Amino acid sequence: MRTALRRIAATTFVSLVLAFFALPMLWLASAPFNADPKINVSLPSFTLENFRVLMDDPYALRSLRNSVILAAGTALVVVVFAALAAYALSRVRLPGRDVLLYLLLLLSSIITGTAAMVPIFLLATQLHLVDSHLGVVLVLSGGLLPTAIFLLKDFTDATPASYEEAARVFGASPLQTLRHVVVPVIRPGLAMVGIWTVAQVWGDFLMPFLLLRDPDKAPASVIMYTFYTEGGQPDLALISTFSLLYSVPVVAMYLLVSRRYGFRFHGGIKR
Amino acid sequence: MAPDTSTRAEPTRSAAVDVVGLGRRRAAAFVAPALVLIVVFLVFPALWTLYLGVTDYRLTGLAATHPHFLGAKNYTDVVADGRFHNSLWLTLEFVGGSAVLGQTVLGFAIAWVMRERPAAVRRTVEALVLLCWILPGSVVAFLWLALLDRDGGTLNAMLGTPGTAWLLDHPMACVIVFNIWRGTAFSMMLYTAALGNVPPSHLETARLAGASTWQTLRDAVLPKIRRHVLTSLLLVSLWTFNDFTPFLITAGGPENRSEVMSAYVYRTALGEGRLGFGAAISLVMLLINLLIAFAYLQALRRRRT
Amino acid sequence: MDIPGRPAAARLPLRPGSLLRPGSPLRPAFRRNPFRSGPALPAALAVLMAGAALSSCGGGSSSTDPQRNAKAKTFTLTIARNAIVGGKNSAEAEWVTKTVIPGFVAAEKAKGLHVKVVYHGYGVDDEAYKTKTALDLKSKAGADIVSLDGIWVGEFAQAGYIKPLTDVVGPRADSWDGWSQISPSVQQLGAFQLKRYGIPPSTDGRVLFYNKKLLAQAGLPANWQPTSWNDILAAGRALKKLPGVTPLQINAGTAMGEATTTQGVLPLLAGAGAEIYSGGKWTGGGPAMKQVLGLYQQLYGPGGLGDRKLQEEAKGRDKSFEEFASNKIGVLLEGVYFWRAVLNPKDGIAKMADRDQSVGYALIPAMAPGKGVRGQSFVSMSGGSVAAVNPHTRYPQQAFDLLTYLNSADAMKARIAGNPEVTSRNDVNAEALKSDPFLTFVAQKVLPITLFRPGLAAYTQVSTALEEATASVVAGHGPDDAAAQYTKKLEGIVGGPGHVNAG
Repeated sequence: MRTALRRIAATTFVSLVLAFFALPMLWLASAPFNADPKINVSLPSFTLENFRVLMDDPYALRSLRNSVILAAGTALVVVVFAALAAYALSRVRLPGRDVLLYLLLLLSSIITGTAAMVPIFLLATQLHLVDSHLGVVLVLSGGLLPTAIFLLKDFTDATPASYEEAARVFGASPLQTLRHVVVPVIRPGLAMVGIWTVAQVWGDFLMPFLLLRDPDKAPASVIMYTFYTEGGQPDLALISTFSLLYSVPVVAMYLLVSRRYGFRFHGGIKR
Repeated sequence: MAPDTSTRAEPTRSAAVDVVGLGRRRAAAFVAPALVLIVVFLVFPALWTLYLGVTDYRLTGLAATHPHFLGAKNYTDVVADGRFHNSLWLTLEFVGGSAVLGQTVLGFAIAWVMRERPAAVRRTVEALVLLCWILPGSVVAFLWLALLDRDGGTLNAMLGTPGTAWLLDHPMACVIVFNIWRGTAFSMMLYTAALGNVPPSHLETARLAGASTWQTLRDAVLPKIRRHVLTSLLLVSLWTFNDFTPFLITAGGPENRSEVMSAYVYRTALGEGRLGFGAAISLVMLLINLLIAFAYLQALRRRRT
Repeated sequence: MDIPGRPAAARLPLRPGSLLRPGSPLRPAFRRNPFRSGPALPAALAVLMAGAALSSCGGGSSSTDPQRNAKAKTFTLTIARNAIVGGKNSAEAEWVTKTVIPGFVAAEKAKGLHVKVVYHGYGVDDEAYKTKTALDLKSKAGADIVSLDGIWVGEFAQAGYIKPLTDVVGPRADSWDGWSQISPSVQQLGAFQLKRYGIPPSTDGRVLFYNKKLLAQAGLPANWQPTSWNDILAAGRALKKLPGVTPLQINAGTAMGEATTTQGVLPLLAGAGAEIYSGGKWTGGGPAMKQVLGLYQQLYGPGGLGDRKLQEEAKGRDKSFEEFASNKIGVLLEGVYFWRAVLNPKDGIAKMADRDQSVGYALIPAMAPGKGVRGQSFVSMSGGSVAAVNPHTRYPQQAFDLLTYLNSADAMKARIAGNPEVTSRNDVNAEALKSDPFLTFVAQKVLPITLFRPGLAAYTQVSTALEEATASVVAGHGPDDAAAQYTKKLEGIVGGPGHVNAG
């Protein structure tokens, strides 16, 4: 009886959640297939014309590739560097550690960005990082790292150090210990930080736009903002269609990561 | 100012300063790559921006080449501005409603319920929630305008209330619900990962002992994920505080009734290229964020002891 | 191409946490920095800061000699514009890449020169493009030929980002034969303090668009031309009798951004006899401004003739386009852009299949005949883009060659073939617009009476103050209140009452 009730409650909850999150998506599901979409949901006279236009667009597909480069590069830098730093900060008590982390977190979380862009741009110019993907990756990584370290430190703090001590006894170097003992345990955290980083980079417009000159290097988030008229009115057909293409890689990545590296890791080590 | 948490007692580790023999030098080497990037691309521009905040610097015009030193004038201007107070209050409403209550509770609930659902259901829900989070702000704005439009809007069609201008009549409520929809993914992911770290044996024990769901959560789960809860609260609060997307849906209106902080910054400073003034407001916002962080830290410390 | 008034909503795409936005007392944390690798870091920081403060030279040239590299046989030039193939201003981008560049390269080759021309097309929100261009020019880098909105010329010049053409390329800048084809008022677009900074390729104007079908139903003539504000209001009252129709819509409020100013306040203000900036002073909330705000009250006050909600919604302007196209708005004050790119039955964003038959256009009347600025009976506002030579180009002479090639009569004709628009050149307009009655109307009737916005850095702030004044009237406050608030705000912006013309 109790399990039945519980199941009904859970099913109701799942349905409500699905409805809440899906309802606004109706526009995204209908507009790309409509020849002349407006800002309301309507049953389209089905067409794939919008997709054909985008396939012919000289920038659309290339920009998705650029997005993958930027997102993957940034995620790699952020996950590796943050894991190293979080592990060290978690295992070695250093004076001022937490204050430093909190301050860095605050610095990176204030968003407006526009006032800071002059310093960042001039700095990137000095370092010859303008118009290169590497520059964007480094600038974005610098901003995302404090949060990533903060998140990962929670995960490393929560794992007991006893296994590492054991590994040490068997002569493993700290880097080996990190790789073979710690990383498997905090894998859900690493996966989460990776996905978070990708999502941040994927949606970021201002930094890649300012730091890249050649439009051939522009990521999809920048190209998305070109589907407007000279007067700033949106081309809803192309925007909705491109949005659909734009979200596919990230959702696919999420499904892949969550299947392979699972947020549901109950590694044998802890049982 | 900054809460000095380094002196706080950490029962599990205070005795063992370096449990795994990492050594300070190696620890420093582990931290160095991240720290170099942070110092160059975050701290350095930060100090520069801080300096801009005491000038009348602009991106263009005479003040671009010859900015004047203003001292604290930008700051006194901000603090004296009635619109700033209005937007601060709205922002607190926005953070409290959408981030602290909405995203955290819903995100945890989804993570908790999905544990026991079939993989297909779980992946569908997670992918959908994630989609709301990764779509660019401009696109998301269209989705919600199509939902809430007063003539052809989906909501009005479903409720049978044609002509109701939700965004004009209830701007803050719309923006709060919107942000719950928009940002729950992060809390969901964090709690899913955190719950993954709770040993199943604990839950099993609770189940065998006949504990209710509530008791299980309180006694077996919460103690294990407390740090994650606070981290999530802290991060989503800070992000929501600085979130710009509501502006895309209501443009801060009508009559500034949804002018949250980022919209205020945009409308009073950045849209007009007043970078010095914008930098000053951002420091004020940082100090308010510091208070929020401090409050969470206090909560963390209290729970620990 | 400048069409003021993107919806503000499109302006600043930001995501939480995705941008760096620093500014905090970090020093204390630094002193406590525990890492032994640390001492190098503050030092590195200091070096970086000093380095960045001392020089901000980018990839460009630091020489100011107009004749530098004038004899180069092989060179590369870059054109930057806010136009991208497949996106915003796609036709313009295609024209540059497919017509101008091959044509220029071939012409230079005939002279024995090997040229490579690179096109950087952006096609984003104007505000973002402005920021990027300013940063590029500030770091003495960027394209050799940059395109700017005419209203940015003053603020870019004041910041030293662009220089007078004669400084950059020498006296030949003034002897270009194309100047004789561009009327002095349009040349103002690319000028600041009586010096030419660039060449404006095209311009536009504002008129009253009306739906002939609705006006006919309301008993108004198909060739309606109001001669006073009262005529407009009378037509509005007649249209109000039609069910489901919004009689008049004139942009107001903050959500529409610059559209409120250029397609609303400024033409009305000109009709009330005042310019926003004249004789070194900004116009405050005096009688003219009160007249303008009073008209807004008649539109959006209780029982008004317009739809107040359209002015408050984030995407109100887009919606007003859709409503006009579906015969729900009687009269709308808009720019040439509305006809050419919004209602265009071929590729507009709110296509109106019977545009040519059903949409009429009329000059914007002054408050009463002869009461407009300079004693005019009709008024308008114009804008447009300007192409300038980057002062730090490595090849100033060659860049100017390319600039004049871009603005030659032949290149212009190629540009507007199939996509007619009002160019800055009279010779091109006279020939190419013959078959387009609307654009001929703009070129012949609107341009002679039009005004341009002041290209000063303070203008963007003044514009915001004007938007807020109209928003306040839309929200139900009286014109006198709104005008007084506006005066106060204006004085704060422009540096005190001494810079404000109260009358």
